[in-house]
Amino acid sequence: MIPESFEYHAPKNLAEATRLVGQFGADGKLLAGGHSLVPLMKLRLAAPKHLIDITGIGELNYIREEGDRFEIGALTTHFQLESSGLLKSRCPLLPETAREIGDVQVRNKGTLGGSLAHSDPAADWPAAVVALDAEMHAVSASGERRIPAKDFFVDLLATALQPEEILAAIRVPALPARGGDAYAKHCHPASGFAVVGVAARVVLDERGNLAEIGVGITGVGPKAYRPAALEEALRGKSPGRKRLEEACAHAADGVEVNSDLYASAEYRGHLAAVYARRAVEKALERASENSQIS
Amino acid sequence: MKIRVKINGAWREDDVAPRLLLVHYLREVAGLTGTHIGCETSICGACTVLVGGQAVKSCTMFAVQADGAEITTIEGLAKDGQLHPLQQGFWEEHGLQCGFCTPGMILSAHQLLARNPHPTREEIRKGLEGNLCRCTGYQHIVKAVEYAAKASGK
Ligand SMILES: Cc1cc2nc3c(=O)[nH]c(=O)nc-3n(C[C@H](O)[C@H](O)[C@H](O)COP(=O)(O)OP(=O)(O)OC[C@H]3O[C@@H](n4cnc5c(N)ncnc54)[C@H](O)[C@@H]3O)c2cc1C
Ligand code: FES
Ligand code: FES
Repeated sequence: MIPESFEYHAPKNLAEATRLVGQFGADGKLLAGGHSLVPLMKLRLAAPKHLIDITGIGELNYIREEGDRFEIGALTTHFQLESSGLLKSRCPLLPETAREIGDVQVRNKGTLGGSLAHSDPAADWPAAVVALDAEMHAVSASGERRIPAKDFFVDLLATALQPEEILAAIRVPALPARGGDAYAKHCHPASGFAVVGVAARVVLDERGNLAEIGVGITGVGPKAYRPAALEEALRGKSPGRKRLEEACAHAADGVEVNSDLYASAEYRGHLAAVYARRAVEKALERASENSQIS
Repeated sequence: MKIRVKINGAWREDDVAPRLLLVHYLREVAGLTGTHIGCETSICGACTVLVGGQAVKSCTMFAVQADGAEITTIEGLAKDGQLHPLQQGFWEEHGLQCGFCTPGMILSAHQLLARNPHPTREEIRKGLEGNLCRCTGYQHIVKAVEYAAKASGK
């Protein structure tokens, strides 16, 4: 399992990296944690002529609190996100998602930006970023732009990033007062990837009704999505068990559900409803605990 | 490409092709065959070493990425003929049968104890989830890590 030959570049800052990406075009590939790209290169499913290793760019590795938001550098690793005390208290969906990814070694190397840019249909991060309405910050030699999560994932392994763009940072809202987060995942027993993964953030109003709800589902379709009918059925309502179950039956509405050896489309669709209910239920439980404190 | 790495305490310099995987570098260039290759597909963890103190699967990174880094392999754990507490634990608690997974298992356990010196059995299992063993059924491995945690805690 030996990859094809390539030239190796290790830019020290973002400006140099964007210049190299622009210069090599389709012949170049960015290397972050390498835990999606290196396996593909070993199988020769990817054979870039130029490998641009961005892991030495310190300015892309940070977790920064900005008022009621967090900005997270694309090179922040799954492990750093899993173990951040700040995020555990102020944006718990991220550490809870991170700890479900792969294994310790994978989390030591793999990065948030790499996972989002790769956009594997069974990856965990996409569920969290669509649930939170995150904003992706893309940078190229000619400028920068912000892409909302709902427009970021285009299709299987395809994102809105242009070949000359680098994903530099991700911005997510902190957990509001009376809010609760949860991630519920059904792991593939061999690969550890999500057969179904559901991320949820809910916010209660003073009377305990659901003021806001954001749900992100991964593993079920070609890309992560927000189940609009599910959210609509709950928004503004008092969230009883029966209503929750009825709403979650719409978890895969309008989605072309994946089917593979492990899970048929029918079974996966069923799992989507069950895991959606578990995630929303857990998030509600936490939101009501947080309501009592505040 | 020229790289400089500190392996088990000693710096060395080599000229390597960018596509050389770290595991091949360790085994074939540095001659340290204690690091094993099991699956070659980033799953089994047999190739786990510490790079900059972090457990990584050395079949899933290139040697050039380790330029300037400190690497610890299984050969670097025993000091002055004294087994490391983890090695002692695997010995005492029968944490291995064929031994193929053991070097990677021990380095993952090393990472676990560095982050969490007194793990519960559940935490040990979670900490070793990236390492597969086809022989032991894991129970003795968990005990070996518990042994090492106790021995290091003294
Ligand atoms: C054994 C194993 C188990 C795994 N289990 C899971 C799991 O359970 N859940 C899960 O979600 N993932 C899992 N993964 C994947 C892992 O999370 C990867 O780390 C992640 O998908 C890719 O991140 P990376 O930093 O390693 O990116 P790389 O592999 O370095 O890059 C991936 C792709 O993104 C591009 N890229 C990287 N960074 C940027 C950037 N900043 N801007 C633009 N493009 C960029 C690269 O060019 C490449 O095409 C697993 C991987 C392995 C090996
Ligand atoms: S040989 Fe590296 S993970 Fe199996
Ligand atoms: S002891 Fe044989 S694989 Fe673990």
